[in-house]
Amino acid sequence: MATLRDIRRRIKAVKNTSQITKAMKMVAASKLRKAQGRMLELRPYSDKISEVLGNLSLATDSEAHPLLMRRPRKAVELLVLTSDRGLCGAFNSNVLKAAANFAKELKEEGVQVSISAVGRKARDYYKRRDIPLRNSLVGISGKADFRHAKQIAMDITGNYSRAAFDEVYMVYNEFRTVIAQNVKIVKILPFEHERKEPSEAPETQVSYIFEPSVEGLYLTLVPKAVEVRIFRALLESQTSEEASRMTAMENASQNAEEMIQRLTLVANKVRQATITRELMDIVGGVEATKK
Amino acid sequence: MDKLSLDIVTPHGTVFSGQVDEADASGADGDFGVLAGHAPLMAILRIGALVVKTDGKPGYYFVGSGYAEVLSDKMIVLAESAERAEDIDVERAMEKKKRLELMLAKKENVDFTRAQVALERAIARIRIAKEYAGK
Repeated sequence: MATLRDIRRRIKAVKNTSQITKAMKMVAASKLRKAQGRMLELRPYSDKISEVLGNLSLATDSEAHPLLMRRPRKAVELLVLTSDRGLCGAFNSNVLKAAANFAKELKEEGVQVSISAVGRKARDYYKRRDIPLRNSLVGISGKADFRHAKQIAMDITGNYSRAAFDEVYMVYNEFRTVIAQNVKIVKILPFEHERKEPSEAPETQVSYIFEPSVEGLYLTLVPKAVEVRIFRALLESQTSEEASRMTAMENASQNAEEMIQRLTLVANKVRQATITRELMDIVGGVEATKK
Repeated sequence: MDKLSLDIVTPHGTVFSGQVDEADASGADGDFGVLAGHAPLMAILRIGALVVKTDGKPGYYFVGSGYAEVLSDKMIVLAESAERAEDIDVERAMEKKKRLELMLAKKENVDFTRAQVALERAIARIRIAKEYAGK
């Protein structure tokens, strides 16, 4: 049986750990708020871009953009978004599991699969399994910038135009609420956007002046829309990461609390047992001297 | 005079939102001014300045390539980066300019066009800050 001192030492250790998890929870909460703010800031821009693309598709039926072209699916690229740091529950393993399943399905269809990783966790995961990565970007979690989205988009669209792969999917944690994050697999290329039917919205049927031309505008806006989509996924993944970490740390603090309660109970029992034993010893001693 | 409602929107948030009298933008095909009641327009913007006039007082913005849409009394500028002339970090832009010029001179850079566009942005930032904010 453990001695009283051992148990007291364990209680102290658990208390220290719970202090750390509590602090981490607070940090995650404040980072979460910030990340949510950034998601909110992007919304007007992304909404507007999709709206404009919808309007433009009314004015032109050009499917000629290289990023809109469909090809038979022979090679597929997966863009896997994870975090750089752990201690955030099932956040990373969910994404990696979903990506692995999806890749397996594709391979069974005879499709070639290449993978790009964002985040240290994804990169290390594939490295450990000796799965070659086509590209990886690490060290951006918590500070993803539009620049990073552009960098990823440029790499992917460039290779797509060169027909290095025929479809691109993004695997990431979608942010629904603080307690609900879903793994989402989304096709980003060939690019698809909502097309408005001319009959649907007669009031938007304005004859615009286009500078330089409808095609020119389409050509510059489609890649921008791809960038925005990637940026949004980066931000969502980041927000989910912090939410997931907050929940994980909350659970850890609770478990620590429970453990302390249990250990305190044991410590008290041991203490009482010791006192009883000592008393019996004394009584026994006294009885012995009487004789 | 009728007011024009102008929004300058970037991926990092809305930079300006309000009622103005006039907005002069740098279009890819040449500069253009917009007053309330302008014909519907969609235009690509090049890197440059956006001048906003409100009650006779001008305000200056740096716009790093983007897109503008005008629909009757509304104008929306979508830009990847946009700043008030007063908010431009000239020192940072100067540093960036120096670094990029060095990179371009050495010709060792992998992505030439990208560096050139970045250099153009840095130069435009410096120019706008000097010209309009007296920095």
